[in-house]
Amino acid sequence: MEKNKKVTGGEFIVKETEAKDIFIPEEFDEEQKMIAQTCRDFLDTEVFPNLDRIDQQEEGLMAELLTKAGELGLLSISLPEKYDGFDQSFVTSMLAGDVMGAGYSFAVAYSCHTGIGTLPILYYGNDQQKDKYLPKLASGEWKGAYALTEPGAGSDANAGKTNAILSEDGKHYLLNGQKMWITNSGFADIITVFAKIDNDRVLSAFIVECNFPGIVFNPEEKKMGIKGSSTRQIFFNDCKVPVENLLGNRGQGFRIALNILHMGRIKLGGNVLGAAKYAINQSVQYANERKQFGLLISTFGSIKHKLAEQVINNFVTESAVFRASHNIDQYVEQNLEGNTKEKTTIDAFAQFAVEAAVLKVFGSEVLDYIVDDNVQIHGGMGYSAELDVDRGYRDSRINRIFEGTNEINKILVVDTVLKRGAKGYFDLFGEAEKAYKELVNLSGTAEPEGDFYTEKKQIIRNFRKIALFLIHTASEKFQRKLVYEQEILNNIADIIMLLYVSESSLLRVEKLENIKDAEQIKVYKDIIDVFVYDASGKISKFAKDAIYSFAEGEVKDLLVKGTNCYTAINGVNTKEARRRIADKLIEDNKYNF
Amino acid sequence: MRIFVCLGNVPDTTTKVTFTENNSVFNNTGVQWIINPWDELALTRAMELKEDTGSLVEKVTVITVGTKSAEPTIRKALAIGADDAIRIDAEPTDAYAVAAKLADVLKDEDFGFVMCGIESCDYNGFAVGGMLSEFLNLPSVSAVSGIEVEGEKVSVSRTIDGGKEIMSIDTPFVAIVQKGISIEPRIPAMRGIMMARKKPLNVVEASNAEILTNHKSFELPQPKPPCKMIDPENVKELFDLLQKEAKVI
Repeated sequence: MEKNKKVTGGEFIVKETEAKDIFIPEEFDEEQKMIAQTCRDFLDTEVFPNLDRIDQQEEGLMAELLTKAGELGLLSISLPEKYDGFDQSFVTSMLAGDVMGAGYSFAVAYSCHTGIGTLPILYYGNDQQKDKYLPKLASGEWKGAYALTEPGAGSDANAGKTNAILSEDGKHYLLNGQKMWITNSGFADIITVFAKIDNDRVLSAFIVECNFPGIVFNPEEKKMGIKGSSTRQIFFNDCKVPVENLLGNRGQGFRIALNILHMGRIKLGGNVLGAAKYAINQSVQYANERKQFGLLISTFGSIKHKLAEQVINNFVTESAVFRASHNIDQYVEQNLEGNTKEKTTIDAFAQFAVEAAVLKVFGSEVLDYIVDDNVQIHGGMGYSAELDVDRGYRDSRINRIFEGTNEINKILVVDTVLKRGAKGYFDLFGEAEKAYKELVNLSGTAEPEGDFYTEKKQIIRNFRKIALFLIHTASEKFQRKLVYEQEILNNIADIIMLLYVSESSLLRVEKLENIKDAEQIKVYKDIIDVFVYDASGKISKFAKDAIYSFAEGEVKDLLVKGTNCYTAINGVNTKEARRRIADKLIEDNKYNF
Repeated sequence: MRIFVCLGNVPDTTTKVTFTENNSVFNNTGVQWIINPWDELALTRAMELKEDTGSLVEKVTVITVGTKSAEPTIRKALAIGADDAIRIDAEPTDAYAVAAKLADVLKDEDFGFVMCGIESCDYNGFAVGGMLSEFLNLPSVSAVSGIEVEGEKVSVSRTIDGGKEIMSIDTPFVAIVQKGISIEPRIPAMRGIMMARKKPLNVVEASNAEILTNHKSFELPQPKPPCKMIDPENVKELFDLLQKEAKVI
């Protein structure tokens, strides 16, 4: 990898990347693998034997597990050494999040504590606040949480009504209001709470210790899944928060909330990987044991199809997650001069907001797909609560809702791309217009040719052109009102997601050519063959859904022609390719890609 | 006092075992390697002894016969807490060669005792510890399930049929340990992992020990035959099958 090649968030929409410039999971070093193994060992010894106790919310158990994780240093992987952390890269913390993601409700508690529970103080706290709170959060002595959502303010976070008034003596803010869906609230020691000071239109953030007077916690919510994760409503009744506990500046809360959400989203993209791999292992191990009609069900084509799809979807998501995670590390390294690491890191999350939203949406949808087929492969046993398969199915569902719903995030994908383009981060509108003008000279189909990588890169180039000409025409047509055309934005977001994930996985496989031998690489090419083939069909539909909803006359014909041309790809024997992918999984009896 | 712990680098116990070259060579493609579980328990006990302020144990060194590919396993031992490591650069071919190569290095070292797992979970040879003590011309105690350091003396306990045997032994000696020597292996903590890279891992040349055995071929166990269902009322058929087919009664 070229260390100094400048990275810009969202630029993939206009610019191709080379395989040598991305990071792939096969490049983890010995230390990173050891950290991952420690996370696995922790789950094996502390979490998996206690899943029922965790889901029954046995008093003190989740807090105790977090404390034990803290003793192993797993709560402070990415914190600076001066706060008793280990100063590891973002990629390393994502790897830990990936592995821990298999831990059902514990994964949520862990992710909450290490992410939104701790990092607002790291990134926005002053020295006194950091000195006071971070070492305790790093060790697990104190547990962290984050309170943004209110009954009337979910996706529209700035609509929150919780307010803060300075006390007469000027020493405290008095917090009044209600927060809901607060993860880890049952045992948290400190919570980052968002509220509006006086009549401010924008939020401010406060570090609230749970033993401050005036805080009342409702009983635990009854939930569909992640039952072991503590989720409560919190009421603030003249809660006295010392003025020195204002986090960041007055009015900076919304910015803090947004940036922390960007970070939370990309982390969620990592968390789902561990859960997905765990579910795939359950699927294949059951399919390799269960017999029907005298045969193992793993020999049936229908089951192989499902197993292969699970592998493909996880592999492509993983490729994109670690590509983006490394980009964040690169951005921090490239922009550190004259800035603190904390400031640069939070800038990096904002910089890669498009990728974060893509990974959040794509990853959570992939996990839902994988756990659903895990149930299906298990048949009646999947529906039974005897195995953990139903738990995985129920626990997965929240990922499409928290850290910003997938609907909000899809809109965010396109909206952020447009804003970045308008601000000149990259030449979005120039490239978009170019893609549109190219359509005039298109004739017939443009079936790609050349060797495997040349052909696939051409296909992905065409995906990019479709996204761009849609951005051009939709922006021209709706101008500033495009934001109200959510269905069209969804179509474009879906195409952008497939573009990013296809490109990331293709580049990963191309880079793998240097690591795997000719025989081993074949199955990875199968993954790309099937995924890109499917993506092409999906993109054709998404594009046409958009085109028929807003374009007319010659423009419409031109866009449809372009879509047909750019999605016409050589046929792939997906049945055989999927069987080969499934056969490797079945042979290994675990996800080993 | 310094303790040496011998480490075996073995395939993870969940590995799907296959062979190549006409069933004569273990296929290590995609295999994850781990510390031999018995050796890992020995290491855990060694760390407990070192951490016990009342004991004289000051240093724990892990030693292994292996190629560079064994280093991640050695680093894990360092992450668990071993102070340093020695890798004797050779393929661990058979028990005799491994024991001889270990002895050639250990004979020049000063130590209280050497701990070896009673067996390894790959070839289950049960042989290295005994051979090592013979090469070193030191006493050995086998199947040790407890070990305490009491001044210059060491007390070891063995589980014997129906009870426990406790004995006192002078240092130096070789302790061949079995399960029970410690309860659970330790998970390397972040701090240990970070420190592991800074700890010495000395690679030494292996002596020319004779290789006395060669693998001719391996055979995997036959797949289990399908389960036979017998009518609960049909005791005679059950009896006949157990007697004539299974030959267990």
